[in-house]
Amino acid sequence: MNAPVHAIPVDYERQRAVCAALRAFMPEHSVLFEREDVTPYECDGLTAYRQVPMVVALPDNEEQVCAILEVCHALQVPVVARGAGTGLSGGALPMGNGVLLSLSKLMKIIAIDKESRTARVQPGVRNLAISEAAAPFGLYYAPDPSSQIACSIGGNVAENSGGVHCLKYGLTVHNILKLRVATIEGDIIELGGGGLDAAGYDLLALMTGSEGLLGVVTEITVKLLPRPESAQVVLAAFDDVGAAGQAVANVIAAGIIPAGMEMMDQAATLAVEPFVNAGYPTDAAGILLVESDGTHEEVADEIRRIEDIMTQSGAHIVRSSQDESERLKLWAGRKAAFPAVGRLSPDYYCMDGTIPRKRLAEVLRGIAAMEKKYDLRCANVFHAGDGNLHPLILYDANDADQLKRAEDFGAEILKLCVDVGGTITGEHGVGVEKIDSMCMQFKSAELEIFHALKHAFDEPGLLNPGKAVPTLHRCAEFGRMHVHAGTEKFPDIPRF
Amino acid sequence: MADALVQQFADTIRAAADAKRPLRICGGGSKSFYGNPVTGEDLQVTAYRGIVSYEPTELVITARAGTPLAEIETAMRERGQMLGFEPPHFGGGATLGGCIAAGLSGPRRASAGSVRDFVLGVRLLDGRGTDLAFGGQVMKNVAGYDVSRLITGSLGTLGVILEVSLKALPLPPAELTLCREQSRSDAIATMNAWAGQPLPITGTCHVQKRLYVRLAGAASAVKAAANKIGGEEVGNAAEFWRNVRDQQDVFFSGVRPTWRISLQSTAAELDLSGPQLVEWGGALRWLKSDDDAMSVREAARKADGHATLFRRGATDINAFHPLPEAMMRLHRRVKQAMDPVGILNPGRMYSEW
Ligand SMILES: Cc1cc2nc3c(=O)[nH]c(=O)nc-3n(C[C@H](O)[C@H](O)[C@H](O)COP(=O)(O)OP(=O)(O)OC[C@H]3O[C@@H](n4cnc5c(N)ncnc54)[C@H](O)[C@@H]3O)c2cc1C
Repeated sequence: MNAPVHAIPVDYERQRAVCAALRAFMPEHSVLFEREDVTPYECDGLTAYRQVPMVVALPDNEEQVCAILEVCHALQVPVVARGAGTGLSGGALPMGNGVLLSLSKLMKIIAIDKESRTARVQPGVRNLAISEAAAPFGLYYAPDPSSQIACSIGGNVAENSGGVHCLKYGLTVHNILKLRVATIEGDIIELGGGGLDAAGYDLLALMTGSEGLLGVVTEITVKLLPRPESAQVVLAAFDDVGAAGQAVANVIAAGIIPAGMEMMDQAATLAVEPFVNAGYPTDAAGILLVESDGTHEEVADEIRRIEDIMTQSGAHIVRSSQDESERLKLWAGRKAAFPAVGRLSPDYYCMDGTIPRKRLAEVLRGIAAMEKKYDLRCANVFHAGDGNLHPLILYDANDADQLKRAEDFGAEILKLCVDVGGTITGEHGVGVEKIDSMCMQFKSAELEIFHALKHAFDEPGLLNPGKAVPTLHRCAEFGRMHVHAGTEKFPDIPRF
Repeated sequence: MADALVQQFADTIRAAADAKRPLRICGGGSKSFYGNPVTGEDLQVTAYRGIVSYEPTELVITARAGTPLAEIETAMRERGQMLGFEPPHFGGGATLGGCIAAGLSGPRRASAGSVRDFVLGVRLLDGRGTDLAFGGQVMKNVAGYDVSRLITGSLGTLGVILEVSLKALPLPPAELTLCREQSRSDAIATMNAWAGQPLPITGTCHVQKRLYVRLAGAASAVKAAANKIGGEEVGNAAEFWRNVRDQQDVFFSGVRPTWRISLQSTAAELDLSGPQLVEWGGALRWLKSDDDAMSVREAARKADGHATLFRRGATDINAFHPLPEAMMRLHRRVKQAMDPVGILNPGRMYSEW
């Protein structure tokens, strides 16, 4: 989170040239360059990184997206795509010498086909808007990131976003059928198809989660699912987070794949409860929310079994939602966890490691020790079913030392995740934030393959350059610092 | 032993790359009919076998590519789990590596997901013999491009798969198959209507004027759904679905070429000659036909799908649906990124590379 303190000076001549080229086919109000007009785009959800873009382009349709890319290609200007800007890894951070391509005006739901249970949408459509539009047909779009009221489906594809229900229903990659993608040359390619697979390589899967480095998504066909007949959630409270972790394993061992299985530690429930009044017991060391959905019979059956497992695993409170409003209230607390924690401190830093679940107690102990080491508080929210941990580090960005400690704290958590056999990012992406941690996760030969794939899609390297995949040179530098990390403090690395 | 084998594979690949000599990667050979023929020196990988780790409560199994699918499935069944995508075996020798490389899924695909949906990580040797690992053993992982899913279904043209980690699913406590008489077009409509409702359906198949549907889940849910759907119960259901999965059903016999047409589930009857078997809620249509490839592919394309000449007989027709020029260019570049000299199963997918 070493925010760039020195703004890159604007190259006015280049700015003028780019604006002129774009205005040849776009209305004046869709090409922004004045400082006050482009400043709102200076960061995404990771606000510690800021950079004002040289130009912001707001296309109205796919043809304009292609034409913008063609211009950038011709003038060799880097392009950063942006959806709703809720990303948490700085993926949509602009470049001072580049074009910020905002997809926010492409927000049409083109078609909803009840019979084939699909929706064709533009990339700027909000995640929740798809389910809302599908609701009259008894259908919905399954992946539900907590940011779903704001985040765009294009951003979801670029990050392969998950949600609280992805253990059972999968991530974005499992719920899309077809993409239209604009290449850096300004051509449109179609990945996937109308069926459940397509000829050739699975480039649909490769594009998903590629953080805007391989192409700009201009249209998405998503799968819609029938709304489950019934859903119910069990709240279970534990005196010990280790026991809560074991309870999660016991549910899986019993052959149950719950629709959602979330854990929050005491720091998180203490933050959420006064904010949402979800009814969480704040004296527990940790709580679990375990949801069952399906037919009435299935849910009644499964809820009974889940309650038994929770009790046998040592939960001191086991309570099931009695109606839909109580169910939604229990989830509202979880979905508001980030903003609720955000109220406790001027800033929070959201981490996103995934670990093998059996290592949970150990990782939480490690994080508790780091709280002391860095003298910063940390609340933990956990997609327990699939091992995706969101430690929320509380700090004050106005205090340079705290910012630095928060960053080091976060990097150490990610290192711990990799050490126990996990990964540095489960769903928020690498962006600029975790680019150094990529050096811990991958060998140079693997990073070289990533660069080669990037080159296959984007030969001039103009799409979101510098994000997601570190250069080998950068990793060599990082490795050197890592060796010294025990003896000397991290030097303040310039990130751009 | 295992390390020595990997070393040996890597040496073979390096030598082949230096000499620009193509390799034909061989697993159990159960799917050697699939795709276009490859000429090259055999690289036999079945010796690299065994389950590396299996943790039922983590829902993850990791095994070496040469491990027989049957061995994996038995180990999982003992712990009450299964491979959710119900992979076809097409004979006894099917290996995990071949299953991933072919990327084919069975009857459960429409409800549970495809092979690639279950792939969590792979270890492979690329066309330079470099040992690489992508993804991992956790459910969610977005670090780096999703190379493990790219590898799935790439028919050995991008790398020699060494190890694969897969997500496991619990076996359903109860299963029931129902059957009714119905015409094909009515059956396709029925399948799509069912899929729009919250029913625990894990397989559909229409063959010879009969529509089969498999329900699975909690016993109470299966019973309730059976009452709702209706139809007569099928006695030897496990055998029926295995025969569909492995193409042992009589439908697949005979000398006519077998086409695999993957398209929009709601696509109307295809104007093609020969019998059809419909799966995946209407999204997969098997066709036994002497119709020319152009007509079959045109029919598939019209339904936003693609047609594979699955079992070919003697023909030089490309097994896979032709790609648009821009996509073909991109494929060639992706191939070059992983296998710059072009020695891994050249031509198996498209003759150009
Ligand atoms: C409070 C809060 C809660 C969150 N909860 C979750 C959660 O539960 N699960 C989860 O997975 N994430 C979560 N996130 C993270 C974030 O919402 C997701 O990553 C989301 O998918 C980003 O969408 P966006 O439209 O805001 O994308 P942006 O932030 O605008 O962009 C994200 C990345 O996608 C690229 N991009 C955007 N649009 C396109 C396009 N059309 N084509 C190509 N590339 C594109 C950008 O270049 C950038 O790299 C949360 C964020 C917040 C603030």
